Amino acid sequence: MTKGEIVLGCLAPHPPHLVYAENPPQNEAFSEGGWETLRWGYAKLARKLKTIDYDAIVIFTPHWQTYIGTHFLGLPEFKSKSVDPVFPNLFRYNYDLRVDVELAEAMHEETAKAGIITKMMRNPDFRVDYGTITSCHLLNPDWDKPIVTISSNRNSHYYSNEVMIEQAKALGEACMKAIEKSGKKVVLVSSHSLSHRHFVTEAPLPEDMSREHIYNHSQYVWDMKIIDMFRDGKMQEVVDIMPEYTEQTIAETEAGGLIWMMAAMGVPSYPAEIYGYQSVIGTGNCIACWDPNNNTRELVL
Amino acid sequence: MSEDSPILFGLYVPPHPQPLLSPDANQGYSNLRAAFETCRKRIEESDADLILVYSTTWPSVVGHQIQALKESIWTHVDDDFHYLGSMPYNFKIDTDFANEYCSAAKKRGLHARTVEYEGFPIDTGSVVALSLLNPDNRIPACIVSSNMYANRSETIVLGKSASDALIAQGKKAVIVVVSSLSNRMFTEHIDPADDRIHSSKDNEWNEKILQFFADGRLEDLSQLSREIHGQIRVQKVVAYKPAWWLASAMGQHNNYQGEVLAYEALHGSGGAVIQLTPSTGSFGDKEFDEDDVEFYQGDRNVLNKENF
Ligand SMILES: [Fe+2]
Repeated sequence: MTKGEIVLGCLAPHPPHLVYAENPPQNEAFSEGGWETLRWGYAKLARKLKTIDYDAIVIFTPHWQTYIGTHFLGLPEFKSKSVDPVFPNLFRYNYDLRVDVELAEAMHEETAKAGIITKMMRNPDFRVDYGTITSCHLLNPDWDKPIVTISSNRNSHYYSNEVMIEQAKALGEACMKAIEKSGKKVVLVSSHSLSHRHFVTEAPLPEDMSREHIYNHSQYVWDMKIIDMFRDGKMQEVVDIMPEYTEQTIAETEAGGLIWMMAAMGVPSYPAEIYGYQSVIGTGNCIACWDPNNNTRELVL
Repeated sequence: MSEDSPILFGLYVPPHPQPLLSPDANQGYSNLRAAFETCRKRIEESDADLILVYSTTWPSVVGHQIQALKESIWTHVDDDFHYLGSMPYNFKIDTDFANEYCSAAKKRGLHARTVEYEGFPIDTGSVVALSLLNPDNRIPACIVSSNMYANRSETIVLGKSASDALIAQGKKAVIVVVSSLSNRMFTEHIDPADDRIHSSKDNEWNEKILQFFADGRLEDLSQLSREIHGQIRVQKVVAYKPAWWLASAMGQHNNYQGEVLAYEALHGSGGAVIQLTPSTGSFGDKEFDEDDVEFYQGDRNVLNKENF
C-alpha cells in the first residue's frame, strides 16, 4: 500500500453567519447576504479543493468541547438538524453526512498509543457540532467526501495555553502517523476564527454590513501579525507566539486546532495561500490553506 | 416563607448527567438522584406555577437568551458522557413568562431575547434538572442562559428581572440554578466506583460553601463569588455567577432556611443538591463589599470613548 498523505491543510472559520448568508437549501433561516469577502474566499478555496484528489476531510472543531480526552466521531452516518445555540436565528441546518470510521479508528488508536486520553463517539443520537458543519459546507457544499470530526480537548481551560500546545502537537503527530498508515489522501481542516471577542448585541438585520467591524484595533493588529507570518511561511514562529496571541486576543486558537494541523503537516515553512480576512460580529476570521505541493501552491491574495 | 416573595424556594443542582443516566454506578450518584427526587416531591407539594432554570451549561454570546418554545422536544447527548446514553426530553415551556422575562430584562438595560426554535439544543444541565425535577411536565418551565461575557452587574440585574417578571404575572415559582461547586473534573476516564472530589482543596472549599448554604447565607455567598471563582473554578468563563443570580432573584440577604440534601463527587467535580427557602430569621448580614445594582448601564471600561 502506498503511504497516505495530507494533501492540503485549511484554516476554515465557522461563523454560522457565512452559511446563513449563502441561503443553502439545508438551512431554514433566510438572509439577504453579507460577509462576501469571506464567502467569496471560501468559494475560491472550494474550487481548488475540486481539483485535488482526496479521500476524506479530517476536521478539528472547537464546538465539540470535551474535557475528558480527545473524541472521534465513530459511526458511518449522522443525519439530524444542527441548531446553533448562540445564533439559532441564523443557523438551523439539516445535515446528512458520512464519516470515514476506519480512518477515525486508526487515528484513535495512534492517539492512544501516544499516551493521549481518547474515546470513540458511538451514540447514534449525537448531534454533530455546527463548527464541523459550517466549515465542511463551505469547503465542500456537495458533501461528497466522508469526514472525521475530532473534538477539542480544553487543555487551555484546565491547564494553560502551553499545555494545550504540547497536547495538540502530540495529537497532530499521531494523526499524521495514522494517515500515513491508512494509505489515504486526506484534507485537514482547522475550524476556527482568529481573534474571538464578539459583540454581545446583534443588529436587527444581522447581515447589515454597515454594522460589521472588528471588535477593537488591538485584535486587528494581532490578526494581521499572525497572517503576515502565515504568508511568510513562518509557522514555527506562529506556534511559538501562540500562547501570547491566544491570550491577547482571546483567540479561538485556544482550542488547539491550528497547532494540531501544523504539527500533522510537519510545521510548514512554505507560504500559506490567503483567501480572505473579515470580521463577523466583531471576531477576526481568515481563510487560508497550506498546500504541500510546490507545483500547485499559488499566491492567491 | 416571606409573604411578598414570588419565589417559593430556590434549588442549586449539579449539571452532570450521571444522576439521570447512571445513578446506580456509584452510591454518590444515587444519593444525588434521591435528593433530586426529594426536591421533585417538594415542588409537587408546593403551589408553584413555574420552574425557572438558570443554567451555567447554556452559554450565550448575544445578550441573555430565554427558552420560549412551548413544546421543546429532542434527544440530547452530552459531549463528554455520550457513552452513558441519550437523554430524550419533552419540556413544556411557559412562553408567556419567557416573553415577560425578556421584556423585564430589557427594561433593566440588558440585551435579551427569547429563543423559540424546533430542535434548539437545550444544554445537559437543564435537561438533567428538568427531567428529574419535573418528569411529567406537571408545571411549565422556563430556562435562561448564562452569557459568557457577563459579569456581576449584568447577572445581578438578570436575577432581579426574573423577580420582576414573576411579580408582573402574579406567578409563584421554584427557581433552579444548575451549576457544580468546584468544577474540575478528572481528565481521564475513571471507574465510577472510584469517583471522588478532584483535590482536598476543592473539597474544603465545597464544604465551606455548603456551610454557608446550610446557614441560609445566600448574600454572603454572592459576595464571595469572585473568591470562589479564583479558588475552585476552572477558568472557562469570566466569573462564578450562580450565587449572584440566585441572590438577586430571591432577595439579597441571609434570611433563608438552608438545607444541603446531598453533596457528592461527579467525575471529580463537586455536585450538590441544596434547597434555600425564604424565612424570617436571619443569620445576620455581614459587611458587604460589593455595591448593589438596579439597572445595567454597560461595562465600565477604563478607557471610555468619550475621553478622546
Ligand atoms: Fe466558534
